[in-house]
Amino acid sequence: MTIIRNFLVAWKLSLKGDKKFYAWLGFLAVLMAIGANAYMDQMNRGLIVTAMRDQVSWGFYISNFTFLVGVAAAAVLLVVPAYLYNFKPIKEIVLFGELLAITAITMCIMFIMADLGQPLRVWHLMPFIGTMNFPSSLLAWDVIVLNGYLVINTAIAFYVLYQVSIGKEYKMSVIGPLIILSIPWAVSIHTVTAFLYNGLSARPFWNASILAPRFLASAFCSGPALMIIIFQLIRKLSEVEIDDRALFKIAELIAYAMAINLFLLGAEIFKEFYSGSIHSEPIKYLYFGIHGKARLVPWIWTATILNIIAFFIFLFPKSRQNFTTLNIACFFMIIGIYIEKGMGLVIPGFIPDPLGEIYEYSPSSTEVLVTIGIWATGALIYTMLLKFSLPIYTGKLSFQKKGVA
Amino acid sequence: MSTRQNKKGMNRRAFLQGAAVGLAGLALPLDNAHASFWDAFFQKHFREMNDAEIKKVISRLENECEEKYKKTVSIGIEKPITGVQFGYGLDLSRCIGCRRCVYACVDENNQSLNPQIHWISVLRFKKGDKWVDLENSEKYYNPEKVPEKDYFYMPVQCQQCENPPCVRACPTQATWKEPDGIVVIDYNWCIGCRYCMAACPYGARRFNWASPNRPAEKINSRTHYLGNRPRYKGVVEKCTFCIQRSRNGRYPACVEACPVGARKFGNLLDPDSEIRYAIEHKRVFRLKEDLNTYPKFYYFFAYGR
Repeated sequence: MTIIRNFLVAWKLSLKGDKKFYAWLGFLAVLMAIGANAYMDQMNRGLIVTAMRDQVSWGFYISNFTFLVGVAAAAVLLVVPAYLYNFKPIKEIVLFGELLAITAITMCIMFIMADLGQPLRVWHLMPFIGTMNFPSSLLAWDVIVLNGYLVINTAIAFYVLYQVSIGKEYKMSVIGPLIILSIPWAVSIHTVTAFLYNGLSARPFWNASILAPRFLASAFCSGPALMIIIFQLIRKLSEVEIDDRALFKIAELIAYAMAINLFLLGAEIFKEFYSGSIHSEPIKYLYFGIHGKARLVPWIWTATILNIIAFFIFLFPKSRQNFTTLNIACFFMIIGIYIEKGMGLVIPGFIPDPLGEIYEYSPSSTEVLVTIGIWATGALIYTMLLKFSLPIYTGKLSFQKKGVA
Repeated sequence: MSTRQNKKGMNRRAFLQGAAVGLAGLALPLDNAHASFWDAFFQKHFREMNDAEIKKVISRLENECEEKYKKTVSIGIEKPITGVQFGYGLDLSRCIGCRRCVYACVDENNQSLNPQIHWISVLRFKKGDKWVDLENSEKYYNPEKVPEKDYFYMPVQCQQCENPPCVRACPTQATWKEPDGIVVIDYNWCIGCRYCMAACPYGARRFNWASPNRPAEKINSRTHYLGNRPRYKGVVEKCTFCIQRSRNGRYPACVEACPVGARKFGNLLDPDSEIRYAIEHKRVFRLKEDLNTYPKFYYFFAYGR
């Protein structure tokens, strides 16, 4: 019972803040309301309010989903040095990475829900109460690994917080196995999501074995880049001290991941364009346009250029250890991967469609507004998770002696 | 239907009813007006219902149609006939690209007029150009008269694959292959994720992006649960070889409508059927054979011209 009481005390405290805090919450609430309003309209009128059609049957929602799976998977990049190699500067911040993973997975689930034609029937795909098509459907696998990852990270984060709150070191004997499990599991969420596309022989653009490795490589770029930005904000807005060495270590890891990602991209580009079979039409559409239709071309070149610039900034210790250039590189990489792993991956899978038709897609206003609403909800969730855990983490709030300190 | 399945279904129902009572406590009223909503919400997978449950569901669905269209719509559940595997043949040398099959299909199968849904796509190709990879197809051709001198035509619809990628993809088993080879959808079980549409190599599946719209006088009232009964917003649909007809010994509407006799249909297991004749006497091929989907939809050329 004390644990519930303590939780409520911490929760109450997390709702208190200065004017800036309430202004931020208010801002997010407005965006969420706009998103919810757009979603209600979509519920009433159907997905016709999106720009998706039979030819391009997945769009902006699934693109965002794919990007965010990568962000969630990237938490593992902190877990490995923190727990396995006991690298202290990162061990101090791994919690924030786990909270980010929790947030990203929650957003993934929201994007899937926004994309469903019959969201009320979602229980049909749950194990035991529905008729989940396991192990046949990769979507069933994705439901399992994503929800499992959410549970694992929630368990680790809240166990660690609880131990800190009662003034104890966390026991590796208790949490160790879960942490070990979380590492392959993080890899699995991204691999399964890649296989979801990869397994479809109908879509030559996705049906390439390089897809899963590329997914992982790019996930280890965008997720950590996002973390570097967020950690600097945390450092600025709270009393948590974050060692520069932790941020620079993450930046170094990004450089390796991006090198691999660019190499894999090169391998893919070579194979597609040199062999030049009919199966290269989608990638031709993506990079150069086909039959005069080229809506994605400016986007993918923007992404490619941003990624390459960011790579060189991350590559050299001098530029990645300078916060101005580091932050520029992080922004470039987040935007670059958001395009490449979002619309740049999902849309060309559908163009040309299996009967050779080209339907050009760009998101409708409803899709954009719902997406903004979900991102705002994610920001709110992460804010509240931080607000809840920071006082405990810094020792401001402790239940060590007799309840509230 | 095995008892094990039924038992599992009952447990699920009991669980969900428990959950519903819980939800109701949260403020959702459970009066008469909402009873039908909850019946629909808790409706089980078609293959997990027993006969009594199916009967109840059918009568609820028929009432809903009656209310919506002010006319009686009968929803059949004709079962597959043993010893029957439906197969389809399409003679490309005859097809003139008139699209009568498309519109016969729309009328027979209660497709939405607005937004417009067609289960059959007729593709046009230029003679002498590459065509089997479908990359240079034209779906929206609109000449004064067909056939056109320099072109030929290829209608595409659900190929009723023996190894259907859509069935494998569906996360809820809402689509499956019946014993007579027809791939069907339970429109009350589909969650509208559209993974099947990404998986289909033939662009055969259609999604109800909005509420299907069809005037009552144009509703074909002879329907099948797994076929042409009125559908809903947010679910996927596709060709079922006119399951409501074929299981009653009739030709699919497209076969009947074709003015040049390009469409053949029959039982693949019957050596005297038209489709067997075509397979044995003509050079048949199937679309995208490299994908190993084994369609039961055969294209052939009866004669050259």
